[in-house]
Amino acid sequence: MIEIKMPRLSDTMEEGAISTWRKQPGDTVAIGDVLVEIETDKAVMEYEAYQAGTLAEILVAEGSNADIGAPIALLDDGASGPAASVPAGSATTALVERTQPALVRNGGPSTVTPAPAGPASAQPSGGANGSSRQIASPLVRKLVRENHLDLSHVTGSGPGGRIIRADIADLLVGGTPAPAATTAAAPAAAAPAVTVPAEPAAPSDAAAVPAAPEADDVRGTRSVPVSQVRRVIARRLSASARDIPHFYVTAVADAQALMDLRATLNAQLTEAGRAKISVNDLLIRACALALREHPDVNVSYGGDESSVTLIHDRINIGVAVAAESGLIVPVIRDADAKTVTQLGAEAKKLVALASERKLTPAQTSGGTFTISNLGMFGVEHFTAIINPPESAILAVGATTREPTVVGDGLEPRYRLRYTLSVDHRVIDGALAAKFLQTLTSLVEHPWMIIA
Amino acid sequence: MTIMSYRQALHDTLRSEMLRDDNVFLMGEEIGVFEGSYKITAGLLKEFGEKRVRDTPIAEEGFAGAAIGAAMLGLRPVIEMMTINFSMLALDQIINHAAKIYGMFGGQASVPLVIRTPGGGGQQLGATHSQNIELFYAFVPGMKVVAPSTPADAKALMLAAIRDDDPVLFLENLALYNTKGEVPDDDVPAEIGRALVTRPGKDLTLIGYSRMAHVAAEVAASLAESDGLDIEVVDLRSLRPLDRETIVSSVRKTHAAVVLEDDWLTYGIGAEVAASISDGAFDYLDAPVRRVAMAEVPMPYSKTLETAALPSRDDVTAAIRQTLAAVGHRTAPLALGVPQS
Repeated sequence: MIEIKMPRLSDTMEEGAISTWRKQPGDTVAIGDVLVEIETDKAVMEYEAYQAGTLAEILVAEGSNADIGAPIALLDDGASGPAASVPAGSATTALVERTQPALVRNGGPSTVTPAPAGPASAQPSGGANGSSRQIASPLVRKLVRENHLDLSHVTGSGPGGRIIRADIADLLVGGTPAPAATTAAAPAAAAPAVTVPAEPAAPSDAAAVPAAPEADDVRGTRSVPVSQVRRVIARRLSASARDIPHFYVTAVADAQALMDLRATLNAQLTEAGRAKISVNDLLIRACALALREHPDVNVSYGGDESSVTLIHDRINIGVAVAAESGLIVPVIRDADAKTVTQLGAEAKKLVALASERKLTPAQTSGGTFTISNLGMFGVEHFTAIINPPESAILAVGATTREPTVVGDGLEPRYRLRYTLSVDHRVIDGALAAKFLQTLTSLVEHPWMIIA
Repeated sequence: MTIMSYRQALHDTLRSEMLRDDNVFLMGEEIGVFEGSYKITAGLLKEFGEKRVRDTPIAEEGFAGAAIGAAMLGLRPVIEMMTINFSMLALDQIINHAAKIYGMFGGQASVPLVIRTPGGGGQQLGATHSQNIELFYAFVPGMKVVAPSTPADAKALMLAAIRDDDPVLFLENLALYNTKGEVPDDDVPAEIGRALVTRPGKDLTLIGYSRMAHVAAEVAASLAESDGLDIEVVDLRSLRPLDRETIVSSVRKTHAAVVLEDDWLTYGIGAEVAASISDGAFDYLDAPVRRVAMAEVPMPYSKTLETAALPSRDDVTAAIRQTLAAVGHRTAPLALGVPQS
């Protein structure tokens, strides 16, 4: 019997949630078959079998979490005996044996209602790919209805992966019953036997429904679940803003030539039946070239205890994507070695994968520099938070036509503003300024970008 | 308040009701000269005489029928079935006559009859003398069935049963006769059809009646001590009418329930309680309702096997732990944290 364990699928992963079991107990498993889809903090990943055999038992049900290295299933490779029994059933069995005397001839019912089925048998016996209904207790379903909660990122800790109230406690604002309501029934209950309990409906309702503090009414508040993605964003960016001494350098480039070049290129690309390129694609390459020129920006602070600074020879540029699930930064590796059309194609593919939450760990790790572009929203200028362990991030605004001084006159020309956020522990102001100078020069002489 | 046994409370209440109302009289096997198999009627023959404390032949159907007739004509008979097992000999009288007469004949006559009878096992009385068949009567419209678990309730419910105008099966329990508790000195009848929250709590609702209400209270107290659990105990007290409101109200608060019964699991009282919870508190349940009942066997005579067949405190504790585990409560040890209040 081989234990299938929760794999480490990304650097920041601490635990994974079983999204879908693609094999069910009894299914034959060949090497390379997809066993299970696992949701990490960044993506939903397929996990393949490294050994052949028969899936004996699923130990972690769909929707449940497991720490890295924790067994999630048993694979029977024929090397040992049958699968161990489902743990959830054994206690009841023991109980039955103890309370049911031997003279029962037909193995009659137990004295205790059967325990809820174990995780494995709780799964529907349908097709291998059938994703099962999310199991939640009636109480949870009621609270979800009343509070407009989303259970899609909640993992159930109850039997068979059932979502129980404890699993959504964090989602419920002021979720614990108001003390007054809880104790309201007590005095009557403790009274002498002849006392008739008070009318039950009102206090119990108040106790069961999560207290709705006045503030909720005032603010019209509702609760939504915190996704794994959102948690990671919160943790990483808080750490960045807290630990990294950011400083900001802003520049404005004359982007007329860049826009002209893009228009020319796109006309010709369209004619050739090829995909068009964007300003951002050009900026990715421009940044890559500027980083090549200033390798001291392509670095990571080694930490307060470290005696070294890490200088990266490869230039891997992250592109911040506003996916529905939250910010994610797919990384284009060796951006300095790729053409603008290659970069455009790769960026397009990564953005699509990000919105489907299908990015692999390789596609979201290893970045050395990040570009965050809010120009498409008409933002003139903003500052970004560094994406550790990188040391710089470029925040790009919109390319807009502005009155520009040319010679002694004014001329409408495209202008582009961007701000570089820099980790002052490893990069000084002059270096940041020089980097921007190079970048601006590239933007203003865009043939150099594609040369 | 006076501390007395369940047996004493029953005795004293019968006596005081006989003193209060001349229409109250007793019938049953061995209740007079022998003073009752379980001595509930001790001394009453001497005090009230043969007319009001009547020993009967071993003929349950006969004296049940006689009592029904007496009740129809205005007396208030309290008959003793030596154990509930023997009441089956009078099923036709009880179910087809006592329970039906008021409704069948347009309310011309009511049947203010009390049938006292102990149920329960644990005394090595064998399969035919250890049953819990109160369900038979709780099943039948026209009957009332009460099942006190404490001396105080034995008094309050006996007062209510004797003063009620419908036939009441008054379930006693062999294992409860010697239990003691505080009993109010005043004669205040209970309301038949009202359950009682005997211990308020918020972690789980433990529901029982008769002996199992007693067990429920003990287990809840023990788990509060050992694990810091806050278990609410509901003593049904009345099986018909069943106080669904109190049950549902409690489960709406605690979100989980374990139902205890001394009878068999399948089709038992617990099934009715569980169904009531499903009807009234479905949206409040965080885990399935679990039941603890007797093994589905004729009661063995062997002490070891009889003990094993009856639901034990360990069985109840295990069911509670499993249910609490299913709703994410830590059940042990205390140091690791009790669910927050």
